[in-house]
Amino acid sequence: MTLKDISINNLRRRKSKVFFLILGLTIGITTVVTLLSITRMMNEDISNKLDEFGAIILIIPRSDDLSLSYGGLNIGGVSVDAQALKDSDVPKIRQIEVRENISTVSPKLIGVVETDGKKTLLTGVLFQEEIRLKKWWKIHGDIPKGRDEILLGNEVAVKLFKSAGDHLTLNGKTARISGILDETGSQDDFLIFGDLTFVQEVLKKPGALSLIEVSAFCISCPIEEIVSQISRALPHAKVTAIKQTLQTKMEALGHFKKFSIGLSIIVLLIGGLIVFTNMMASVNERKREIGIFRAIGFRKSHIIRIIFLEAFVVGLIGGVTGYLVGLGVSYILGPILTGIKGGGVFIDPVLAVGVVCLSIMVGILSSIYPAIHASKMDPTTALRAL
Amino acid sequence: MPSAPCGLGNNMSLIKIHNLSKAYESGKEKVLALVDLNLNIEQGEFISVTGPSGSGKSTLLTILGGLNHPTKGEVVVDEIPIYQLPMEKLADFRREYLGFIFQSFQLIPYLTVIENVMLPLAITEKSNREQLKMAEEILEKMRLKGKGKRLPDQLSGGEQERVAIARALVNSPPILLADEPTGNLDTKTGKEIMELFKSLNGEGQTIVMVTHNPENVAYSSRSIHLRDGKIVNGV
Repeated sequence: MTLKDISINNLRRRKSKVFFLILGLTIGITTVVTLLSITRMMNEDISNKLDEFGAIILIIPRSDDLSLSYGGLNIGGVSVDAQALKDSDVPKIRQIEVRENISTVSPKLIGVVETDGKKTLLTGVLFQEEIRLKKWWKIHGDIPKGRDEILLGNEVAVKLFKSAGDHLTLNGKTARISGILDETGSQDDFLIFGDLTFVQEVLKKPGALSLIEVSAFCISCPIEEIVSQISRALPHAKVTAIKQTLQTKMEALGHFKKFSIGLSIIVLLIGGLIVFTNMMASVNERKREIGIFRAIGFRKSHIIRIIFLEAFVVGLIGGVTGYLVGLGVSYILGPILTGIKGGGVFIDPVLAVGVVCLSIMVGILSSIYPAIHASKMDPTTALRAL
Repeated sequence: MPSAPCGLGNNMSLIKIHNLSKAYESGKEKVLALVDLNLNIEQGEFISVTGPSGSGKSTLLTILGGLNHPTKGEVVVDEIPIYQLPMEKLADFRREYLGFIFQSFQLIPYLTVIENVMLPLAITEKSNREQLKMAEEILEKMRLKGKGKRLPDQLSGGEQERVAIARALVNSPPILLADEPTGNLDTKTGKEIMELFKSLNGEGQTIVMVTHNPENVAYSSRSIHLRDGKIVNGV
């Protein structure tokens, strides 16, 4: 027989009290696991969205003119001047050091055209790049293939009474409408999209660009690094990282994370308090027994070890059940709370070991005082009969 | 029967109590439980300590048991001044030298009979097998063979007392301290236990027993009567 046997037998004897002890820790650990899993689920979701909707770097000419805006951002003067972007800038972006992180490079030329007496913004793009960038685009009809085929934003199509297959004259040049964009709720609804070289011709700005949009593969992409390297490659341009909505989401997630940590600490403190009161009560109940142990020749350290062993066992069981219940709860609650479907449960061994250790730590820390208290009990008062 | 630790067996007394006083403070009052007590106990003696309640006999037993620091004086066991030992060493002393038999058995209710007997061995280096062997031997001697797997409350009073004695003796301590060993037993069982004590003493076991029962005194080799913290007979 060892001290361990004494601890375990004692726990077995006090089944109902031990049950509540374990329950207290289990609730704490379940909360921690659930919050961590949900935070992680949201984080993953945002990362996926970052990759999916990745237009995150915007390159515009350095200019003081305020003449056009794109997505609420000033894109500088469109008139060709010495500072303007050129076709030749695009390959330079592809040559930066961290180029593996760059997903798409989408150059654009934007200008005003008259069509049927109405002024509209015409945007020249490279369609194969643009569709990769704007994965949410839904097109009625086809994506333009020929040089003189164009795509109409939803609002423009409505205003001009045009549909796929119609023709449109832009500054005297005729183009065929190959498709109409579904409503996107963005500036794209008000634009006519054409092939870049065709638009350069229509606007009589050969080789000129208004802006370049760059997207990156982004779970852990070095955005700041990409921005600074592009800035170096294109000294005449202004390079900005757009974080916008995702940034806001990230911030919200940051708040949620802090909230989760706070809540976890409170719940664990309560768990610790349950362990503390329960252990204290148990120690006082066992005064006589501890007196016998001491009289028989158990050292103070033996008594402390018995109590710590009990706390360890309770912490271990509470940690394991808390982890498993937490997995179950986050599997069920996760999709409901976050609105992310099929998030699945992360079986992360680091988390599993981490929370079990945490549970054991809470158990033992909360038992320090009861254990010392027990070891200091006077064996003669414990054995009042003596 | 116990193999005496070194230093024993010569002409020196096993236990030497010198000028022992113990005072308790209850509120403003100071109560003297023991007053300048001197007592030598030789190896192989069976001492009974009697006296009215409050005479100091329980205090004497707890001080002999290394559980209660005296206010003044010295207790030397096997040449060791036990109250000069640090706390944890004093616990080791109790484990090596003393077997306690408490009033009302004081068995651990959630441990089986054999586990209760092995309790003093749980903090030794002895392997589980050795522990079991020692416990089974002593249980057999106490006529409790086959009852090792039971819980204490499944035994009769006499059997529980014998488990308590087995627990006190499993470590072969040189000194057995007993507090009212027959207090919770009927007369017949009480007599059986006293016979058992006598036979243990016959094998060389030193026993110090506190008792109320005058019949028990007859079994001892020397009787000490206490009154107001002083020895009033014998010595």
